[in-house]
Amino acid sequence: MATESVAFPAALPISRPVVDRLHEWVTTVDHKRLGILYIGYALVFLCIGGIEATIMRVQLMVPHNDLVSPQVFNRLFTMHGTTMIFFVAMPIVFGFANYMLPLMLGARDMAFPRLNAFSFWLTAFGGLLLYFSLLGASGLYGAGNAPDVGWFAYAPLTSQTFSRGHSTDFWTLSLLVSGIGSIGTAVNILTTILCVRCPGMTLGKMPMFAWLILVMAFLVLLCVGPLTAAQIMLTIDRYLGGHFFDVQAGGSAVVWMHFFWIFGHPEVYVLVMPAFAIVSEIIPVFSRKGLFGYPFMVAAGLAIGFLAMSVWAHHMFTVGMSSSANTFFVMTTMAIGVPTGIKIFNWLATMWGGRIHFRVPMLFCLGFLFQFLIAGLTGIMLSAAPFDWQLGNSYFVVAHFHYVIVGGILFAVFGAFYYWFPKMSGWMLSETLGRLHFVLFLIGFHLTFDFMHIPGLLGMPRRIYTYEPGRGWDIWNLIVTAGVVFQGAAILVFVGGLAWAFFRRKSAGNDPWDAWTLEWATSSPPASYNFATIPVVRSRRPLWDLKHPDDPDWKYEQ
Amino acid sequence: MNASPMTMTAGELKWELPTRGRVGMFCLIAAESSIFVIFVVAYIFYIGKSLSGPMPREALEVPIFFTICLLSSSLTIHRAVKALRRADLRRFSRWWLATIALGATFLYGTAREWQRLIYEVGLTISTNLFGTTYYSLVGLHGFHVVVGLILLSAVMAFTWLGSVRHEHAYRVDVLSLYWHFVDAVWVVVFTVVYIIGR
Repeated sequence: MATESVAFPAALPISRPVVDRLHEWVTTVDHKRLGILYIGYALVFLCIGGIEATIMRVQLMVPHNDLVSPQVFNRLFTMHGTTMIFFVAMPIVFGFANYMLPLMLGARDMAFPRLNAFSFWLTAFGGLLLYFSLLGASGLYGAGNAPDVGWFAYAPLTSQTFSRGHSTDFWTLSLLVSGIGSIGTAVNILTTILCVRCPGMTLGKMPMFAWLILVMAFLVLLCVGPLTAAQIMLTIDRYLGGHFFDVQAGGSAVVWMHFFWIFGHPEVYVLVMPAFAIVSEIIPVFSRKGLFGYPFMVAAGLAIGFLAMSVWAHHMFTVGMSSSANTFFVMTTMAIGVPTGIKIFNWLATMWGGRIHFRVPMLFCLGFLFQFLIAGLTGIMLSAAPFDWQLGNSYFVVAHFHYVIVGGILFAVFGAFYYWFPKMSGWMLSETLGRLHFVLFLIGFHLTFDFMHIPGLLGMPRRIYTYEPGRGWDIWNLIVTAGVVFQGAAILVFVGGLAWAFFRRKSAGNDPWDAWTLEWATSSPPASYNFATIPVVRSRRPLWDLKHPDDPDWKYEQ
Repeated sequence: MNASPMTMTAGELKWELPTRGRVGMFCLIAAESSIFVIFVVAYIFYIGKSLSGPMPREALEVPIFFTICLLSSSLTIHRAVKALRRADLRRFSRWWLATIALGATFLYGTAREWQRLIYEVGLTISTNLFGTTYYSLVGLHGFHVVVGLILLSAVMAFTWLGSVRHEHAYRVDVLSLYWHFVDAVWVVVFTVVYIIGR
């Protein structure tokens, strides 16, 4: 292998004052540091959101439990949902996109480094605003409280009549602010991919990661705008006496649902596209084969992005739309399963005949594949309107989307963490602890979310704070809560693994996985300028070409 | 890191990518468009759904003159950018000032219309659904005009201070894209509010 490293002087002498180093982090415009800030910030909120979920599960463990009051339970599920979507999932995928994109594209930074920092801090302050509601929601009178309108905040719950104080406003403002941050990041990502690729990297030679992140950023551009618009309207209603969602004055509560879900459904694809992107990088490397069907993967990604904009009202079958609207959204929702299926088959075909290395990143990706498939199947079940009339707003739906977000997206993100942590820090994570993390999380995940489908089928509605005994839900709820213990333990092992890596400092080298994309061509962690000389590429796997000059990819690629 | 792992000599590779400023601005315009689409959809959906007056037909007068002002400012800003590309600074600052004047005139028109609506017709944002949707849609557009005017004025100030030169034509051009967008949105808002909705 021709990539023996030339040691650069260590970037930062460790002995500088803490204040100086902190100042550097706060004022940084380096995409790698901002990426790490995004990821670190998301992990903190993951713990907060996880604690909220744990409290809810303990409350629901047995019937007639009174650990929390109904009011507190409402706040818990609102904060849990909002936190996990806006301040965990989005920042963490933005973090990986931020960190990896310029490296994979052979660039020195994002297209607009200062916009990048601006966007991160907007997102960060959005999260702080949401949690500041605990102190500030009632103003200076009495104790504050958190928003309690649910993460999709249907009208008229959000009107001044039903939501006194400022809790809903903190929710609105935090989403407005972080939404503007997301738009900034999306603009930056799109511009980076289109304008700062290294010489030779045509669109058709980009890593699949870049393609799918491109689709994600485009979806963010199109879908966060409606959310922002809806939040502005809600604020007009609440503070200027507007009537957008005021049924008494001719307004419509259903319009809010449409506006929210025009954001809300593409948002799912905003989150899952990066998961696809991660898996499309990891599976080939650990199967020792190039990605199968690259052009079809790109086309399927674009098709999903296109269809994603036309499926939103499948969240609203139970509202009572016209039969033609129902039919349209049933069809589009089922159609989106086709390109997704293409992707799953292509990942399988990538592994087929490969020499699969079952390292921790690959394990998480295999978990992703299996679980995302099941999540997609329950999704197709729910996409049939009559089925949805029966099970909409039940725990079946809760189980379905947690299967997507935890079983799919979070597994892929953990895979990404184990895959790229050596690049980000220069240290290896423990393989043993990683496997333990995987196994515990897999057991916990399946205990919780497999069994959560059943009380849903038995008629248990979501968002209830407690239930009567003897409806057949008791044992299932107990099992679901038992899974939380394993998930919590897995997270502790994960944190332990990070600490192990930090104290052991087992050097990772530039290219611990013998991978093929450009981020592995530079040092770990990369210098602030990423590449001393801007690379020139001729194929989709530039490092393969370099390692096998006798048999380079560019001889065969179209 | 090896300094030259990738120099596998792709020969004399001709490598040109789209410029960042334009692509970034088009992305921003896409995001802004999706915000406007939602407000326009809300406006159209709520046409005729107000439970009490005043109704659009009795309240609105078509602002033809001010519309002409705003739309012609697209032309003047185009002339300004062209002049700067030719390094004709005198023409540039004249056309640029004309753009600002036309934009400000439009804003004045909106202000007068709102004053009339509030004090004579008695229509505020909380009067009825028409008021809510009208003020928010026209207001959102007006907000974009204000932002545009601030940016245009900043460029004007820099021009008078002598720091806008020929080589800044590209950046000024990117800013002009935003202004064209604001004008184009007005075409939609005008059609929806003053033609379809009236």
